[in-house]
Amino acid sequence: MRYLIIGFSTAAVSAIKSIRKVDPKNEIVVFSEEDRLYSRPLISYYLAGKIKDDNLNFVDEKFEEQYNVKVFYSTKVISVDVKNKVVKTEKNEVVKYDKLLICSGSVPIIPQIKGIRDNIEGIFTFTKLNDAKNLLKYIYENKIKNAVILGGGLIGIKVAEGLLARGIKFKIVDIAERLLSNTFDEIASKYLEEKLEENGCQFVKCNTIVELGIKNKKLVYVKLKDGSKITTNLLIIAVGVRPNVDFIKDSGIKINKGILVDEYMRTNIENIFAAGDVVESKNSILDENSVIPIWPVAAEQGRIAGLNMAGEAEVYNGLYPMNSIEILDIPSISFGITNVNPQDDKYKIIVRQEKKVYKKIVLRSGKVVGVILVGNIERAGIFKLLIDKKVDVSNFEDELLKDNFGFLVLPKDFRKHLVMMTEEVPM
Amino acid sequence: MKKILAKEEYCMGCRLCEIYCATAHSKSKNIIKTFKSEGGKILSAIIFEEKDSLSFALQCRHCEDAPCIQACLTAAMYKNKSGVVLYNKEKCIGCWMCIMVCPFGVIKPNLKDKKVASKCDFCVEHERPYCVENCPNEALVIMEVDN
Repeated sequence: MRYLIIGFSTAAVSAIKSIRKVDPKNEIVVFSEEDRLYSRPLISYYLAGKIKDDNLNFVDEKFEEQYNVKVFYSTKVISVDVKNKVVKTEKNEVVKYDKLLICSGSVPIIPQIKGIRDNIEGIFTFTKLNDAKNLLKYIYENKIKNAVILGGGLIGIKVAEGLLARGIKFKIVDIAERLLSNTFDEIASKYLEEKLEENGCQFVKCNTIVELGIKNKKLVYVKLKDGSKITTNLLIIAVGVRPNVDFIKDSGIKINKGILVDEYMRTNIENIFAAGDVVESKNSILDENSVIPIWPVAAEQGRIAGLNMAGEAEVYNGLYPMNSIEILDIPSISFGITNVNPQDDKYKIIVRQEKKVYKKIVLRSGKVVGVILVGNIERAGIFKLLIDKKVDVSNFEDELLKDNFGFLVLPKDFRKHLVMMTEEVPM
Repeated sequence: MKKILAKEEYCMGCRLCEIYCATAHSKSKNIIKTFKSEGGKILSAIIFEEKDSLSFALQCRHCEDAPCIQACLTAAMYKNKSGVVLYNKEKCIGCWMCIMVCPFGVIKPNLKDKKVASKCDFCVEHERPYCVENCPNEALVIMEVDN
């Protein structure tokens, strides 16, 4: 019996840990496109020079040995044959599986821009370690002092963080009206935009790049929709990612935006599971399927998939977007639905706004469904608990934004369960 | 897993748990030296909550499938063989994923140093956790809890 895993990042690692909890014996084989294991979200810290190459791992050095896993690096899987239960690699190897986990992650979206071609110097995406390495090399070799980032979402902001640390000024161009438009609300975005401007960077809103200026195969300027030009030798494309599903398009595995899975992380094909960025799964706040390409979701889905592959029946309850972003020394954490129309009476919004602290809670039927914390993130996880446990907070909603917010304000029974955790059975 | 738990009805609000926690993690392990010559400021791994007559201390619950470990980007959070969740300050880069996912809110960030400032280590260097040992009213207890 062989478990085969496509992709080797946090979903795979969590799955392997789960499988080994139940099944210490059977073979686990992993195919990874990359030449090593590393923590993807760390590439912005790497770009910023805050972490070294040899600290990018997120598991113990002896992981493969410890969990008895055989990993084939730099080996891209190009197709899955669900009938014969085999996968085919780029090197034309055909490998049999009994249980398959697809956690092939996501790939950057490349928008249609006039002049864009593969062999032009100065254009980068930013999702892999090699992207960060190539970018750094380019910055040094060309003594880059300014850049353009296309996209003011999470990836764009992460790139921005890295570039700032390298002393590079930049303009962020985004079609949206504000930065982090999916994660933040208007006020929170404003904190970020002001801070960037204080540091000599600019946000070009409601605009996009329509053409690249190229000289000797090198980027020299970008032309925007409004006709203006920005002179630069460096463009980072950060408009988002999409599930990496091209290699299974014709396999019979059901795909919408991402691979569709049920509550056990099973695809429509028997013995094939999927987890992480590649998956479209339950968003527990919206109660619909969505692709949520973030680390903690991938880790949790991998954990569930692994258990179920090994024969357990663990249910995935769904998750929702959540992010921790720190830029220019302003920490922020957000959960769930952060942007609602104040006119929409399905939702109630409570807000606390000060010079350096912004907190916003979105309530629906008395329950927390969205949170933004800027400047003060202490005890943020309790909000996640309130969301996950669907706690009715209507009796103490005024307490949620106070500095001393904590378990004290929770309903007594719920609190005692957390503080005491058990009936008394002293040791 | 053994956990440190709080009986809120016994907590008098004396906050000695915080004092002893800081002492346990000081160089000298001596309460007076800890607060007189080693810098003095209380940085315990305890979250102390208090309002009117109600109070209790909270520490890391050392969850079985610890969300902080699952979310940690650098494997700075880890479990030792006895199931205690520990963290490696060297590896921590201050991404605050642990703060985001800890349901008890018991990991404290140090926003200046960009490191986790403190979290309960179950006094692994000592025989028994100092906070429990020194709680004068037995409001803090160690119990075996499933999960």
